[in-house]
Amino acid sequence: MTPVSPKLFKLPDVGEGLTEAEIVKWHVQPGDTVEINQTIVEIETAKAIVELPCPFEGVVAELLVTEGQTVDVGVPIISVSTEAEGGVATPVSEPPAQAAAMREEGVPSAAESGMTSPDQPKRQPVLVGYGVKEGTTKRRARKAPNGAPAAPVSVPAQVPAQAPAPPPAVRPQAVDNRLPLAKPPVRKMAKDLGVDLTTITGSGPQGSITRDDVLAAQSGEAAAPAAPRATAEREERIAVKGVRKATAAAMSGSAFTAPHVTEFLQVDVTRTMDAVKRLRDLPDFAGVKVSPLLLVARALLTAVARHPMVNSAWADGPSGAEIVMKRYVNLGIAAATDRGLIVPKIKDAQDLSLPDLARALTDLTDKARAGKASPADLSDGTITITNVGVFGVDTGTPILTPGEAAILAFGQIRDMPWVHEGELAIRKVTTLALSFDHRIVDGELGSRVLRDVGDMLEDPLRMLAWS
Amino acid sequence: MTIDSVRGAPGASELAEPELIRLLTPEGERVEHPDYPLDLSAGEVRGLYRDLVIVRRIDREAVALTRQGELGLWASLLGQEAAQIGSGRALTEHDMVFPTYREHGVAWCRDVPPLNLLGLFRGVNHGGWDPAEHGFHLYTVVIGSQTLHATGYAMGVQRDGLLGTPSAGATMAYFGDGATSQGDVNEAFVFASVFNAPVVFFCQNNQWAISEPLEKQTRIPLYKRAQGYGFPGLRVDGNDVFACLAVTRKALENARTGQGPTLIEAFTYRMGAHTTTDDPTRYRLKAEEEAWKLKDPIERVKAYLVRGDLADTAFLDEVEAEAKQVAKELREGCLALPDPAPLSMFEHVYAEDHPLMTEEQEQFAAYLASFEEEVTP
Repeated sequence: MTPVSPKLFKLPDVGEGLTEAEIVKWHVQPGDTVEINQTIVEIETAKAIVELPCPFEGVVAELLVTEGQTVDVGVPIISVSTEAEGGVATPVSEPPAQAAAMREEGVPSAAESGMTSPDQPKRQPVLVGYGVKEGTTKRRARKAPNGAPAAPVSVPAQVPAQAPAPPPAVRPQAVDNRLPLAKPPVRKMAKDLGVDLTTITGSGPQGSITRDDVLAAQSGEAAAPAAPRATAEREERIAVKGVRKATAAAMSGSAFTAPHVTEFLQVDVTRTMDAVKRLRDLPDFAGVKVSPLLLVARALLTAVARHPMVNSAWADGPSGAEIVMKRYVNLGIAAATDRGLIVPKIKDAQDLSLPDLARALTDLTDKARAGKASPADLSDGTITITNVGVFGVDTGTPILTPGEAAILAFGQIRDMPWVHEGELAIRKVTTLALSFDHRIVDGELGSRVLRDVGDMLEDPLRMLAWS
Repeated sequence: MTIDSVRGAPGASELAEPELIRLLTPEGERVEHPDYPLDLSAGEVRGLYRDLVIVRRIDREAVALTRQGELGLWASLLGQEAAQIGSGRALTEHDMVFPTYREHGVAWCRDVPPLNLLGLFRGVNHGGWDPAEHGFHLYTVVIGSQTLHATGYAMGVQRDGLLGTPSAGATMAYFGDGATSQGDVNEAFVFASVFNAPVVFFCQNNQWAISEPLEKQTRIPLYKRAQGYGFPGLRVDGNDVFACLAVTRKALENARTGQGPTLIEAFTYRMGAHTTTDDPTRYRLKAEEEAWKLKDPIERVKAYLVRGDLADTAFLDEVEAEAKQVAKELREGCLALPDPAPLSMFEHVYAEDHPLMTEEQEQFAAYLASFEEEVTP
C-alpha cells in the first residue's frame, strides 16, 4: 500500500462496553502534525472524561466531528494524512475492498474458522480487544432450515432467523401485539422523539429498527402535513439527565422537605463598589479577580460568625431530629455552566483571608465552568450564595441546597434614585434575598442575618468591626 | 492488659508514616540498613534502571493502545515499577510466582514476552505463556485467590522434600492492599503459617483498592498483620528498588531453606487509574498524587546513577531508545495479533477429552455452520 490516503481514527470503546461518548475538546486542528500517542481529543463517556492518544503519525487532515457532539463508538472522528510506510498495518488503514469486507463481520463458518492464520487479516468478533469496529455490524443470514433445527446453544445475539419480524407496516395491529425489534437505546430515542416504533420498518439485522430508521421516520413525520403528528415539531422533548437531573432531584427534595421563607432587602452598595475598586489596586490582590461577590461572600461569612445557627442542617439523629450547627463554613457559590447549575464549595471559607477567598472564588468557579470540579468540590456545603445579578435581574426566591439552612441571592447592582443623607441622589443599589429553612431559622434570626449582610455592604467598614 | 490499653488509637499516623526499610532515598542517596546489606555492581544498578524504564514504557504503550480501542482493558503499574522489578529480580530459576493482573514488571523479569500480556487484555488469548517454563503463573483476576494457589504450590514443594537443597524453589504470591480484606488471603496466611510453607507474600500496598483508601482496609499497618498469624512481616519502601530487592531476596532465601513464610508490604502508590475504566479524579485528590510524584521510583535510581558517575548521558539515552523500540514493536505486534477462531475457546479447558464439553463444542460448530457461506454487502 503506497498511496498516501488519510487514515481514520474511529471512536473506540474506552470502557467496558460503552456505546457512545461526547467530544469535549479537540487538542489538534487540521494541519497540525501529530505523533503516535499524542493526545488529540478529550471525550466524556458515561464513566469519565478521557484523553485519547492518536494511533497515527502524520498531519491532521480533518476533524470529522465537532465539540459537543455525541458520537457512537466506531464512528470516525478524525482523519490523519500519513507518510505511506513500509506496510505497517494500522487498524483502520485497510484498502477499501478489505475495509468493506470487514464491515461484514459475520460469524465465520466452521471450515473458515479452522483455517484462521496470522496472515489472514480479516477480523472476527471476539469478546473484547476487537479494535474499532464499524458502528453497526451485520451478520450473515442463517441458512434456511433443512430438517435439523439449529443447535440450541445459548448465544445472546441469536434470534431465530426463520421467524423474521414481519414488515410492521402491513401488520394487523390489533392481532400482533409483539414489540417491534429495536435495541433499548433506540427505543428510548424513539420515545423521546415521540416516534411510534410500530409504524417503522426496520432496516437493521433481523428487521430490527435502527437509530437512522427512527430519525428518518421522525423527519418524515415532521414533513407530513397531517396535523396530529406535528406535535413532535411544536414541542421538543429533552431527556432529563446529568446535571439537570441532579438539580431537579435536589430542588424538589429541598422544596418539599424544608419549609422555605424568603426575605428581601434593598441596599445602597455605593461604598462597597468603591471598596471593590480600591481593593483591586492593592498589591495583595494583584492577579486576583475582585468582584462585589467577594465582599458579599465576606459579609455573609461575618454574619455567620455572628449568628452561627444560620449555618446549620436539619438531621435525623439517633433520638429524633437534630439541628447540626456547623463551626466551619463550606461556602457554596452557584455557578451557571454549560452543563447547567453547579454549586462548588469553598471549604473552610471562614479561615480564608480576603485575597485567599478571592482566589478560591475564582479558581472554583472557573473549574466548575470548565467541567473539572471534582465531587469533593461539589459536596459538603453549609451555606450558599447565588449571584442572580449576573443574569440582569433584581432578585429571586432561591431554593435551599439540600442539607443547608440558608441561601443568599445577590441581585444586579444598578443606578437608582435613593434617599442619601436626606437628599435624593443616584446611588448603586442592589437587592438581597435570603431564603431559610423555617424549621431551624426563625423570622427574627433570618432578618438579623439579612440585615447584617446589608449593613456590611452599605458600609464595608462594618465587616472590620464585626470580624 | 486491659481492653482499653490494647485498643489504643487506631494508628492513623502509623498508616501514614510507615517505618520503612529503605536503602535508597527519594533523593537518590544510598543509605545502609543493618539487616539488609546490598552490594550491587554499577552494571547491576544500570540493569535495574533499564528494567524500570522499559517496564514503564510498556505500560504507557498499553494504556495508549487501550485508549485507541486496541485493548479491552489495562491495569497500569505506573508508580509500582520498583516494587515489581526489585522483587522480580530477587527471584531465581526454581522460584514460582503467582501474580495478580498488574504484575507486568514481574512478568518482564520472568521473561514473559509483553505481547502475551497484551493478548490477554485484547481478549485473543488467556495469557498464552507456559507458567512452568517461566516460573510465572497466569494472571489471576479474582482478587486474592492466587495466595491460596501459591500456598498450596509451596506446600507441594515442601512435600517434594526439596527445601534446603540447591533445587529448592520458593513461591511468591503477589497481591494488593485491597486483597488483604479477602477471606482467601487470610486462609492462605493461616495455611502458610501452620504448615511453615515456603511462600513469600508480597503485598504491593498502593494505597487504593479501586476507590477504597487504605484506612478502609485496616486499622494497623498491613505488615503487622503477619504477627497475628505467627510469621514475620516487614514493610519496605516500595518505590525503592534496592530495598525491595534486598528484602525479597532474604525472604525468598528463608523460604527455600525451610524457615517458613514472610509477608512483605511494599509501601507504594498507584499513580494511575485502577484500570483504564476507572477515573481516580472522582475519589482522590491531585495533591496526593503530586506528593507521591516526588517519591518516583525511577528518578531516584537515575539520580543515584548520575551522582555516583555510574552512568553517563549516553547510557540514559540508550535505555530511552531501547524502551521506545520495545514500545514500537509491542504496538506493531499487538495490532498484528491474530484473532482466535471461535472454536478455539474449547481447546485448553481440559487436558483430556471431556464428554460434556465435546457435546457443547459440537453444538457450537453446528451453530456456526448454520450461517450462509457467501457474504455480499
